[in-house]
Amino acid sequence: MTTIQKKPRIGQVNPIAHLTTEDLELIAKELDDIRQSVIDTRGERDARYIRRVIKTQRSLELGSRVVLLASLFPPAWLVGTAGLSAAKILENMEIGHNILHGQWDWMRDPKIHSTTWEWDSATPADQWKHAHNELHHNFTNVIGKDNDLGYGIMRVDEDQPWHPMHLGQPLWNFVNALFFEYGIAAYDLELRGAVARGRTKDPKFKAEFKAVRAKIRRQVTKDYVVHPALSMVTGSFLSTMLANFTANTVRNLWSHSVIMCGHFPEGVQTFEKRSIDGETKPEWYVRQMLGSANISGSKLMHIMTGNLSHQIEHHLFPDLPSNRYSEIAPKVRDLFDRYGLDYCARPFPQQVYSAWHKVVRLSLPNGWLDQTTARTLPSQLKRLYQMSTGGPKVRRALQARMAQEQRRAVAA
Amino acid sequence: MLGRMSTTLAPTTRWRTRALKIAEAATTPLVPGDFLDLFAPLRPGAELRGRVESVHPETADAATLVIRPGADWSGHVPGQYVRIGVDVDGVRCWRAYSLTHGPRADGRISITVKAVPDGHVSPYLVRHTRPGTLLHLEQAAGEFVLPVSGPRKLLFITAGSGITPVIGMLRNLYPSTDSGVLRLARSTPYDVVVLHVAPSEPDSIFLGDLRKLEAAGAIRLVARYDDEHGVLDLADLDALVPDLAERTTFACGPGGLLDAITGHHEERGLPLFTEQFRVTTLVAGEGGTVTFDRAGVDVECDGGRPILEQAEEAGVLMPSGCRMGICYQCVLPMREGVVRDLRTGELTTAVPGETGSGGIRIQTCINAAAGPCHLDH
Repeated sequence: MTTIQKKPRIGQVNPIAHLTTEDLELIAKELDDIRQSVIDTRGERDARYIRRVIKTQRSLELGSRVVLLASLFPPAWLVGTAGLSAAKILENMEIGHNILHGQWDWMRDPKIHSTTWEWDSATPADQWKHAHNELHHNFTNVIGKDNDLGYGIMRVDEDQPWHPMHLGQPLWNFVNALFFEYGIAAYDLELRGAVARGRTKDPKFKAEFKAVRAKIRRQVTKDYVVHPALSMVTGSFLSTMLANFTANTVRNLWSHSVIMCGHFPEGVQTFEKRSIDGETKPEWYVRQMLGSANISGSKLMHIMTGNLSHQIEHHLFPDLPSNRYSEIAPKVRDLFDRYGLDYCARPFPQQVYSAWHKVVRLSLPNGWLDQTTARTLPSQLKRLYQMSTGGPKVRRALQARMAQEQRRAVAA
Repeated sequence: MLGRMSTTLAPTTRWRTRALKIAEAATTPLVPGDFLDLFAPLRPGAELRGRVESVHPETADAATLVIRPGADWSGHVPGQYVRIGVDVDGVRCWRAYSLTHGPRADGRISITVKAVPDGHVSPYLVRHTRPGTLLHLEQAAGEFVLPVSGPRKLLFITAGSGITPVIGMLRNLYPSTDSGVLRLARSTPYDVVVLHVAPSEPDSIFLGDLRKLEAAGAIRLVARYDDEHGVLDLADLDALVPDLAERTTFACGPGGLLDAITGHHEERGLPLFTEQFRVTTLVAGEGGTVTFDRAGVDVECDGGRPILEQAEEAGVLMPSGCRMGICYQCVLPMREGVVRDLRTGELTTAVPGETGSGGIRIQTCINAAAGPCHLDH
């Protein structure tokens, strides 16, 4: 992947070069109309929807926790863990994420409001809202501005110079997936940057750090102390602890996968930092259109992903009720088609594979994976070893040679 | 889970507190009540709610709702009103309605609602409320109540749905039963005249009640219908109620009528109590003074730019985020006022008494003032 602004330089097509300023304005007008059509019809049906989801989630969580009181008994462990995993996924995705976006603020229900909601996650809602709603949704896929691209721990673009450290990124990414909620908390806190820049004594950082610590303590006490202790009546302390750990891990893996599918699969575009200086609303819209990817699938898939399976629609209209994304998706897709834009939507396994493939590809020097076949493997490994152990000069030289070979291969 | 623990651990308050702490630790980031609400929304300790038990049509456009209030309802006196939060088209709206019965033996409360033409909440309550609906309640409030001691010669002037608090007081004084109107000893000192004003006769809710009370000799009823007698002229008041000067007047109805009666009674030095439901009428304009109540700052805002921008220019410390209506970091509660969404032109109005207790939360980065506004910040 290369930012769309740099694509023509390496012989690729800038996917929005064919759009005129008038086209952009017409696209924006149509998108505004779609948004308005939802706002005009927002009402009782939508309110019933979110209340039903919340009620279902709470019943499922309560039921699963009650079953887990006897988790020593294997069928109870299985049923309870499965139920709790599903409840935790619903709570974070379709409920928490979307309420914190202000999607349900229009109901004026103080209990279902972006300013009052707190979610079952290590990161406090306030800090997440800043990092996610304010930074990620605003600077979507702008290299150097949108830290959601690789969470600052991964190489996400061919333009970033390769370093031997990047060989480990498939592993980091997997570890990040396993403990995703803590990764998010650290990321919302900008922990790495704070440590690197010695900002840890800063009062604002200290206050935020304290808030995260308190939140984590409450979360950990709930799942690993209180509920296991309640299960002691049946001798199920450890098995309930394990069940809760499993449910948290299942949710971590699931939400990490869904979120990777949103901006990481092949076909999603990235943008130059400079390109958003003085960006107009129509340009912003088009960046959101091309910077996101959807997951096609069943109704259940949409609900369990918190409708982030409609990532494109969500990024265009982050504050519209999530149950409406599937309804406006055909109109949005039609707009893409009419203006010759690529609506990136694939089933879940394909998007996950595509995203992981990219993580692996970028963990290696540019072009390395493409040029490696069974026949070239020994020489490629040797080259990789040289690049990993040599200095920047060696890396630049070998990288240039690989680029040259690739150009020749394409020409031939 | 909470229920089980609190029954086994209940003997002392200390244990109860401890059990509550454990329940809180088990349900965080929610609270135990969020789970209990699934089963018992009217339990003690819950947010105050009420369940509609029955809906009785009174006239073509008015209905009485009998409501079972939550366990923490602390009762009311006749003539008080209750604020009710109801979800109309999915949006929580708050309105005040007079309680139409005195305290009832079965603990139920009732309100009588007249569907206001072009109204938002009242037509919904009259036509779309079904038994079983949960409403949000606040405790009864209101100073417009029957004097327990003091004047006994009373004149009630009621217009339209302004009859409802008065009916509450009268039903309490003279309970209506299957065997007729009861004349209780405590009610004998009262001498009541009711002057009821309505556009036309069939529109007059509770007319049946008033007529029954008059037939039983409990009150004297003077009914004036605009289409029959012409619009009420206060100059005729002395003719309609010859002993006006001896009476204490309770007036309940729309603002215009109350203003007129206030003027009339002040001039004559007559005692008067008034009650009005809708106090404020807000009309959207262009721009206005935005008052930040806690900061104690007034900012003159024009109608073409977001409140956020202009407040910052005036030196108010404002929360903000994306500044384009996406991130909801700039949301502040508006207690009173009208704002216009600069993207869509949509108006958001906060009328005191018709919002939740915190006001209506608005995004300051995409809303411009459309009149004077009070923000809780």
